Amino acid sequence: MPTRDPDDAAPSAVELDRRAYRRRQTTRSVLVSLVSTIVFAVVIWFAVVNTPGFDRVRQSFFDLDVAIASWPRVIEGLWVNIQVLAVAVVGVALLGTLLAVMRTLRGPVFFPLRALAAGYTDLFRGLPLIIVLFLVGFGVPGLELFPRNSAQFWGTIALILTYSAYVSEVFRAGIEAVHPSQRLAARSLGLSHGQTLRIVVLPQAVRKVTPALMNDFVAMQKDVGLISVLGVVDAVRAAQIETAQNFNFTPYVLAGLLFVLLALPMIRLTDWYTARLREREQIGSIV
Amino acid sequence: MSGADVGDGAAGIPPHGDAVLRVEGLRKSFGTTPVLRGIDLEVREHEVVALIGASGSGKSTLLRCITLLESIDDGQIFLRGDDISDPRVDADRVRARMGVVFQQFNLFPHIRVIDNVTLAARRVLRVPRAEAEATALALLERVGLADKAREYPDRLSGGQQQRAAIVRAVATNPEVLLLDEITSALDPELVAEVLDLVRELAAEGTTIVMATHEMEFARDVADRVVFLDAGVVLEQGPAADLFAHPREERTRAFLARFRGGRDA
Ligand SMILES: Nc1ncnc2c1ncn2[C@@H]1O[C@H](COP(=O)(O)OP(=O)(O)OP(=O)(O)O)[C@@H](O)[C@H]1O
Ligand SMILES: [Mg+2]
Repeated sequence: MPTRDPDDAAPSAVELDRRAYRRRQTTRSVLVSLVSTIVFAVVIWFAVVNTPGFDRVRQSFFDLDVAIASWPRVIEGLWVNIQVLAVAVVGVALLGTLLAVMRTLRGPVFFPLRALAAGYTDLFRGLPLIIVLFLVGFGVPGLELFPRNSAQFWGTIALILTYSAYVSEVFRAGIEAVHPSQRLAARSLGLSHGQTLRIVVLPQAVRKVTPALMNDFVAMQKDVGLISVLGVVDAVRAAQIETAQNFNFTPYVLAGLLFVLLALPMIRLTDWYTARLREREQIGSIV
Repeated sequence: MSGADVGDGAAGIPPHGDAVLRVEGLRKSFGTTPVLRGIDLEVREHEVVALIGASGSGKSTLLRCITLLESIDDGQIFLRGDDISDPRVDADRVRARMGVVFQQFNLFPHIRVIDNVTLAARRVLRVPRAEAEATALALLERVGLADKAREYPDRLSGGQQQRAAIVRAVATNPEVLLLDEITSALDPELVAEVLDLVRELAAEGTTIVMATHEMEFARDVADRVVFLDAGVVLEQGPAADLFAHPREERTRAFLARFRGGRDA
């Protein structure tokens, strides 16, 4: 027999007490973290400001005037990075998917494709990006096969080549994590092999590996800065030019800050999405 | 392999209508292990056939061979007279003519229930979305899942998921519905709601082949029970007969394990 009327949903005295306790606990934790943050910041500040070389470092790395003067050029360079990034993302998505699908093909007929894809991923996961950039950026135009010899173009290609290898590995793990019954269920409905892949397997695979893919995207977002080694006037190169003109390193700091700002939304989004996934997987549980 | 000229298959089956499905001399091995060693089976229109047999006797394998999800080593499979085991047939078209429900993981978790149900109609039969959805909603309504149409499958109970899977399988009016132990992954209290739906479909005249461990249900609903043992059809007959008077010793032994408190 219930001790109270089942329709009376008003919280009991015990529950009210528990809620009050939880509220007090929350207020306390917020206060504690606030105080400890402030103390920590002040200690760091004094420690840095009192170092012997602080003034010199501030002048050559954090000069506001230099920052303002180099702003237009650096921002223009950043725009180049963003363009390269946008093209590279699309390229990586396409090539990465293709490679992943090639590696999951079954049957002896597909052995050459499988081997090719496997060799490709091994090669480009092992090669440092900067070497790929040099080889593609200086080597391919040297063949004089292609009319387009823009460093930006070949830099983008190099990025796509390297990152596709990483992304395809992530994708492949995702594809293999989709339960085989899903494939059977799709085929039994009459969907073709391609439709099954497109409508059933890949969307589930992508969902499973989205956090990992987002991390790769963040990594790529800053690696676009490496195309400056090919002479592309991107944010890094622009900062370098400004630095040489002013004998001051502030433009580098500025460019670095801008890269961080560029990456920040994606970093936050990744965290949020990962947390949401975790939440969905443990519905109804607090541990 | 030629599709023409087939002698008549199993004899002594009560006339139920034309043969929808006929399996002749079907063989299948996994590696060197033979699983199906010459299966002969005929299923007539509106007939409900229960496949029973010990775990590992090849029930699932047989159903997967029939739906062309598994390659076969020998024999022929006919769907309304068409030899669907002929490598020249378009397997995707054939599969679209059958409805299949597995033990679990039937529904696609990334799309809503309604999209699961309409997928084959839209993508294989090219039915316009609005039309497919109207059909699907009517079906979901009938099985009491109308309010779940816009949910994702993982928000449904196991029993609801299996019912939705059955709805998906019948949404395209398949010529035969193949069910592979659709209740064995369910909690006991959810089994009944799924079996009731199968019972209803059977009553409406859907042609059904079901692998099952639910002997009582097989006895109630199936017109014919087929006992699979060591890769062959060891014994088959009207449900009441086979359960009451199994001819083969092995059938008797198998049934004895399910008998429990009931007398046959
Ligand atoms: N893909 C496979 N590869 C190798 N062996 C398999 C494969 N699928 C099934 N088998 C084997 O074939 C035999 C028949 O399996 P099947 O799943 O058809 O049995 P079943 O009658 O459906 O059993 P259950 O009642 O447990 O579902 C088993 O011995 C199984 O181990
Ligand atoms: Mg089975």
